[in-house]
Amino acid sequence: MAEHTGMVEKRGAGLWLTHLGLIIGVAFIFFPIWLAFVASTVSQPEIVRPPMPLLPGDQFFENYSKALTAGINAPVALMLGNSLFMALGIAIGKIAISLLSAFAIVYFKFPGKKLFFWLIFLTLMLPVEVRIVPTYEVIANFGMLNSYQGLILPLIASATATFLFRQFFMTVPDELAEAARVDGAGPMRFFFDILLPMSRTNIAALFVILFIYGWNQYLWPLLITTDPSMNTIVMGIKQMFPSGDDIADWPVIMATSILAMVPPVIVVVGMQKLFIRGLVESEK
Amino acid sequence: MATLTLNNVKKSFGKTDVIHGVSIDVEDGEFIVIVGPSGCGKSTLLRMVAGLETITDGEVQIGGRRVNEEEPMARDIAMVFQNYALYPHMSVFDNMAYGLKIAKVDKAEIADRVNQAAKLLQLEPYLTRKPRELSGGQRQRVAMGRAIVRKPAVFLFDEPLSNLDAKLRVQMRLEIRALQRELGVTALYVTHDQVEAMTMADRMIVMNGGVADQIGKPLEVYANPATEFVAGFIGSPPMNFLTCGLIGETGDDRIGIRPEHMRLADAGEGRLNAQAAFCEVLGAETLVHLRCVDGTQVTVRQDAAKAIPDEGTNVGLSWAGANEMRFDSNGQRI
Amino acid sequence: MEKRVTFKGIWLPLLLVLPQILITAIFFFYPAGQAIWQSLFIPDPFGLSMQWVGLGNFEYLLSDRFYRASFITTAVFSILVTVVSMGVALYLAILADRLIKGSGTYRTLLIWPYAVAPAVAGVLWLFMFNTRVGVVTWYLGLLGYDWNHVLNEGEAMGLVVVASAWGRISYNFLFFLAGLQAIPRSVIEAAAIDGAHFWTRFRTIVWPLLSPTTFFLLVVNIIYAFFETFGVIHTITSGGPQQATTILVYKVYSDGFVGQDLGSSAAQSVILLVIVSLLTVIQFKYIERRVHY
Repeated sequence: MAEHTGMVEKRGAGLWLTHLGLIIGVAFIFFPIWLAFVASTVSQPEIVRPPMPLLPGDQFFENYSKALTAGINAPVALMLGNSLFMALGIAIGKIAISLLSAFAIVYFKFPGKKLFFWLIFLTLMLPVEVRIVPTYEVIANFGMLNSYQGLILPLIASATATFLFRQFFMTVPDELAEAARVDGAGPMRFFFDILLPMSRTNIAALFVILFIYGWNQYLWPLLITTDPSMNTIVMGIKQMFPSGDDIADWPVIMATSILAMVPPVIVVVGMQKLFIRGLVESEK
Repeated sequence: MATLTLNNVKKSFGKTDVIHGVSIDVEDGEFIVIVGPSGCGKSTLLRMVAGLETITDGEVQIGGRRVNEEEPMARDIAMVFQNYALYPHMSVFDNMAYGLKIAKVDKAEIADRVNQAAKLLQLEPYLTRKPRELSGGQRQRVAMGRAIVRKPAVFLFDEPLSNLDAKLRVQMRLEIRALQRELGVTALYVTHDQVEAMTMADRMIVMNGGVADQIGKPLEVYANPATEFVAGFIGSPPMNFLTCGLIGETGDDRIGIRPEHMRLADAGEGRLNAQAAFCEVLGAETLVHLRCVDGTQVTVRQDAAKAIPDEGTNVGLSWAGANEMRFDSNGQRI
Repeated sequence: MEKRVTFKGIWLPLLLVLPQILITAIFFFYPAGQAIWQSLFIPDPFGLSMQWVGLGNFEYLLSDRFYRASFITTAVFSILVTVVSMGVALYLAILADRLIKGSGTYRTLLIWPYAVAPAVAGVLWLFMFNTRVGVVTWYLGLLGYDWNHVLNEGEAMGLVVVASAWGRISYNFLFFLAGLQAIPRSVIEAAAIDGAHFWTRFRTIVWPLLSPTTFFLLVVNIIYAFFETFGVIHTITSGGPQQATTILVYKVYSDGFVGQDLGSSAAQSVILLVIVSLLTVIQFKYIERRVHY
């Protein structure tokens, strides 16, 4: 994003007002997160007798180690592992099958190409939420309830990544493929030696987006992981609330909430440039 | 190093014929330039030789062997592309070595050949750089290097200089020609620039609308064009064309005279009257542009020492009959 | 668009598309087909056989008071989420765009919520407004306001809207900021020289030039509000009170999985499918137009 020169009116008081406005916005954005963090560092009695403190307490280590090792239904460390596995599975799986099919669609002529193209692109339209019941039945019939395959496979069936790679491959000059042919490279050799390395940034950007997408899934894991040891962290939080009138173990729940955001936040903030580029490009 | 033979090679896309049958026997070590305006099929012809386009009909032989069905790699050719087509993520060394690696040439041999090519092309300091860190001329050299290391039987060039600025183009033109002579490799070179064709070719193929209008040595083609198209396309400024009627003859024939063969004379004298429109003084020579009574534009190229007519003055034009070329209504030389 | 060069072969490309085709067929087309098929039947009370009812499930749905209410709930919810999150995001983007230095820092801070799952966002907001322990609830109580989204339908809606909008601000902010920064500085400076003040400039120049971004975000946010907010609603209100926050996606879930009414749930899926398709077509039309610019 380009730097630009400011106009006269941005000087002085106006500038401070701008900062003030932004700081209020940032405070609004961060207040819920801050509060969750504070709650994850204090003891249960401090929370149930409102108002709770607004500054961190001294129970950080106790709450987090309790959450990670014991949790409520299952240790949060286990759920973190499940989430990580699912998010990586979705991101890598989707990127892999999309790269291959985009390569086939762009660089080959074969019977049924148009049909495949449209079959794949129809799936752009439908989020998993719309077809949950029958998809659930498919997974149940395959015996994939409470399994990683069951968590991952249905969420790979989407065309956004294929679409993005197709767009990118179309911009790769034809002559590169020709040069590779003259150099004696077959299609797969061209794919691995030339196309894949050239797609590095696109792959990385997409990885960030898909990782977040996979990590943040809620409804699907909720349906197919009835076994607490297969819960993902995002859906597992809700399971930590007691039914009925029992009081929730807020410090542990909030510690879990914080733990649930740490990996995606690290990925998003750490790979900010790639992520923004990927986001703006894939949605355009 | 090998001979290259095209035997009535044709290409159609669906029902559209783009190459109507081209034949030529290229001798070992010969430098052939295919020249013509855009859309004349010259690139398609080259790509058929390369194996990047299928051959609809006819035969291509390299070293006496039919290669119609061969993959590009198996044809023993190397190609230099218009936009160079360097692999952007590979270093200069890897770009040149890629084909050899695929051919499983052993490492020491690869390094040897690449270094030799780099030396020849003065690319030694840049071997570890990526293509984006090079200038246009250097990229051009890498593309050449990639072709050289393969030690192919035939070099194919697809407008390799059109992305360079004018000065570099002149320099690279000489370099490519010198290199080809030194290596003695048969070359097929496509360009739309008739100056490149004239200066580089042993023989040239002038293409027009999918047909090879003329195949011959540059000076031969220049002095003796087979068609009106060739006459007009080769030579700068282009040949002057007059209708028979303008010089008091009957018929549909058109008459062509090169600008350097026309001389200015006093008004009323010579074979044709015209009005001087403007002059381009180039230093060693002067181009006088004139307009005939029927509106035809004519250019006379004359020595700078000769007198220049004022704009608007009427002058006569004369030329020797031997320098006159006649073309029938189909554009064929009579 | 076609590549000039293609590699030869038929089996290789088929092999390459196979994984995606298989996954799409098994986990997309088959279930989608099933949804359409099931929507035409009702199971008998014992679940042993299916009875053909044609469009009966749809007729029933459209005459169902709760379903129609869910439609309206969804509309209200989506519009509110879209307006609130886009409004806040635009406000912040305009401010950030005015900065010469430091807009990157604010951007880094403001993209956090993008990484927070809707379900987690729901838990965070639930915690603040919890009727027993919520900090905001407690301070509202001090002011004499008795917050109880568990009983009050309006408050429940307000809470899920804010929680959903909160999670979406980052996304909208990034697009608005990119849109604003893409407007040539010279155009705005020319207007300033013409004597237009900030608000006039915004209304007559910035807003019209930003309209492609705005329109795009409008569609995308509505799609988000329709589907991806399930986690927020499930964690905060579970669709209550009195179904006041039962949006369509939530109803598909609650009728299909909790209520086990497969025919109705399938019919609802089909209706959603149609709605999404329409939204997608609008989005694509728009993208096509943008390509032509």
